[in-house]
Amino acid sequence: MADLHLTEDRASATEVAAIDAAIAAVSLDPAVVHETERLVRSGTKRKNDRRHGLLPALHALQKESGWISPGGVNHIAEVLQVPPAEAFGVASFYELFRVDGAPDQEDDVVHVCVDAACQIAGADQVIADLEAAGKQVHRSPCLGQCERPVAQFIQGRRKPDWVEADAEDELWNLPQKHDPSLKLLKRVGRIDPTSLDSYVGVGGYAALSKAFALGADQVIEEVLASGLMGRGGAAFPTGIKWQGVAGESGQKHIVVNADESEPGTFKDRTIMENDPFALIEAMTIAGFATGATKGWIYIRGEYPLATKRLEGAIVAAREAGFLGEGIARSSIDFDIEVRRGAGAYICGEETALFNSLEGFRGEPRQKPPFPTTNGLFDQPTVINNPETLLNVLDIVQDGGATYASTGTGGSNGQKLFCLSGHVNRPGTYEVEFGPTLGDLLGLAGGATGELKAVLLGGAAGSFIGPDMLELPLTMEATREAGLSLGSGVIMAFNDSTDFPAVLTRLAEFFKNESCGQCVPCRVGAVRQHEMLVRTSANPSEADSQLLNEMDQVMKDASICGLGHTASTAVRSAIALGLIGGQS
Amino acid sequence: MSEQSTATISTVTVSINGSSVTVPEGASLKDACGVAGVEIPTLCWAANLTPANACRLCVVEVENSRTLVPSCSRQVEEGMVVQTDSERVHHSRRMVLEFLGSSVDLSQADDLARWSKAYGADPDRYGNSPARIEEEIKIQDNLYIRDYDKCVLCFKCVDACGDDAQHTFAIAVSGRGFGARISTEFDVSLPDSACVYCGNCVAVCPTNALQFKSEFDLREAAAWKPEEQTVTRTVCSYCGVGCNLEMHVQDNTIVKVTSPNDHSVTNGHLCIKGRFGWQYVQPVATE
Repeated sequence: MADLHLTEDRASATEVAAIDAAIAAVSLDPAVVHETERLVRSGTKRKNDRRHGLLPALHALQKESGWISPGGVNHIAEVLQVPPAEAFGVASFYELFRVDGAPDQEDDVVHVCVDAACQIAGADQVIADLEAAGKQVHRSPCLGQCERPVAQFIQGRRKPDWVEADAEDELWNLPQKHDPSLKLLKRVGRIDPTSLDSYVGVGGYAALSKAFALGADQVIEEVLASGLMGRGGAAFPTGIKWQGVAGESGQKHIVVNADESEPGTFKDRTIMENDPFALIEAMTIAGFATGATKGWIYIRGEYPLATKRLEGAIVAAREAGFLGEGIARSSIDFDIEVRRGAGAYICGEETALFNSLEGFRGEPRQKPPFPTTNGLFDQPTVINNPETLLNVLDIVQDGGATYASTGTGGSNGQKLFCLSGHVNRPGTYEVEFGPTLGDLLGLAGGATGELKAVLLGGAAGSFIGPDMLELPLTMEATREAGLSLGSGVIMAFNDSTDFPAVLTRLAEFFKNESCGQCVPCRVGAVRQHEMLVRTSANPSEADSQLLNEMDQVMKDASICGLGHTASTAVRSAIALGLIGGQS
Repeated sequence: MSEQSTATISTVTVSINGSSVTVPEGASLKDACGVAGVEIPTLCWAANLTPANACRLCVVEVENSRTLVPSCSRQVEEGMVVQTDSERVHHSRRMVLEFLGSSVDLSQADDLARWSKAYGADPDRYGNSPARIEEEIKIQDNLYIRDYDKCVLCFKCVDACGDDAQHTFAIAVSGRGFGARISTEFDVSLPDSACVYCGNCVAVCPTNALQFKSEFDLREAAAWKPEEQTVTRTVCSYCGVGCNLEMHVQDNTIVKVTSPNDHSVTNGHLCIKGRFGWQYVQPVATE
């Protein structure tokens, strides 16, 4: 067996069965390893062929054994030809994988969110109650269910993961249900998300037909004309990405970044759980327009219902001929695989996501080169957010010019916002670009209690005061105010909020979620958190000055956006007087 | 390379601190700075490894770039305007050095000490008990020790063990964030791991976190005297490859072995025999 060195630990029969089944389910190239094959010579090819089976295999091992066992790692290493030290390095990167010994208990693990929206709703008490009841509890970063705090996610042992709240009422997070002005969310609640017929019955797949009629080049022209900008936070023009990839040759990819982990964000979950076929159709259009034949949805591991819905939709679409070879009776090939993340905020950074999907640690890559030329497997890649892609359906149907006529000129089309915290009706809200912060809060029934602050854009965003209610929530207006819409997070905090506790946890979030690759972020996030703990979140003038210096190096010299934004919210809270300034 | 005439190499011209510099296409900004005579501090960069781009000590300011740019891994582009000595650059380098000094034992990292002084880094301004990397020294054999208190996570050892040199993949980065460590699978001991004891990780370590056992023992006995050591270049006597060795000798005893980075056969890397197999030169009586 090639030249891997393995310890004597052997996987149990059930571990072998679970791992082999998971690996068989992903589209690896033939997993036969010739005796003469050497890691040295074929390392790169082997990496592309098989290594991306690592994350699914680790998920299977964790589920079977409750941890990443040495014997299990050896079996995975042998089948995928991944050095065991590297497989361990990957496993130990993720929140959902346990590497420090077998669990004492056989039962499921309850992950309880401790980030802001859940923190102010009493997460500590929930955790204390669960622990008193003898449950295995894991304090988790944001679980993407901020509209229904305190969020929980249950990692099943030898059974699928689940979220209790999903079973109760999957649609209660859509307060605007049946509002005729909805475009992105218009099908939510009207269709059965498990039925392709239901989707086609309300006009589903008409956009793909229209795209075929327009031709690939014209589809890209329409997306360019629409002025659509990415909804994941960076607001990069989508058409430019597509055009770049269309101009490249060889194997190309469409990747959906569904690793929705920005605290306060849950809009993409709303889409994927309730309208999965729309995302698949939009991806197919992207594939057709750019000449990419492989699609991937990288979805965060804590979204079991969305994962199930997407996987079901992909199977249904494939059976109906909308995915696979010669889709919809054309000569176009396009198919999609779903890959689950395993708990790591950083994997929402696009190049970290590629590394994670390929079976490496989720560490961001240096840019340039950019994904359009060197993306997944180092090949040309379009990577878009689910919400961004959903806009493409209307752009293709109505034309880019029509789309560009909606919104404010600087921000075109529709936008989803995630309202949570101290508001009366938390949930995902859709508006045409233009309304102010106050308008959005009004849609959600206004703040409960006296509004003290809003966290705009998520943990990577900024706190702003009630004096900003007139701020139009557009790309241009927020940019002018030195803010960012981020992923559309609007988290409200009233006068009952313990801001020192909220900010200390927020700093802890960045400390925990830094990948550790670059010095500014790895150490800076720790020092920032220490300062808030040391001063009880009441930094002195000198502390604030040091914080500014740390912010500057993290902004200037970190590899990726995590480090660039790790101090933004804390500094904004100090500027606003939410913390500090008291003697 | 030798067959290619210099006339066919495309060149790129960039401005470094106001001086115009012309370098071959594909060169790094660090290369260009070198041509301009500007020294760039580095930690995770090494001549014989792929840039890891992790320490961020080599950052420079490039006009129209929102953030600073790592000069070790960023290729030159025509017309780039680069500042290596601006306030922003100075600040980032100083903070990186402070962050490392406040969290890692840099007592045997001579280059970092020199840079820290030059940039005025003050690692003591982060409270009374800032978190530090605290690990037990791992002594698992007589060849080398691992003292991860001194580890700055530069990735050099991982890359030397992996596809930059040895292709053994015995170690990798495990964990995340401040908890990230260099480790074998499940931290098994080196003899139980894939390690082949080439010592290439030791050779590239910039902070002495990885150290020859012979050096470690001498340091423990307060008898490590680099200023009294001589370095003798010779050819390894084991096989016919012809690796050049540098024998570091103190008190007429070999204390460690390296290979020159610019040696065309080794690029600084050796195997267990050349690196550690010197005992026959100076037999020690065993009890």
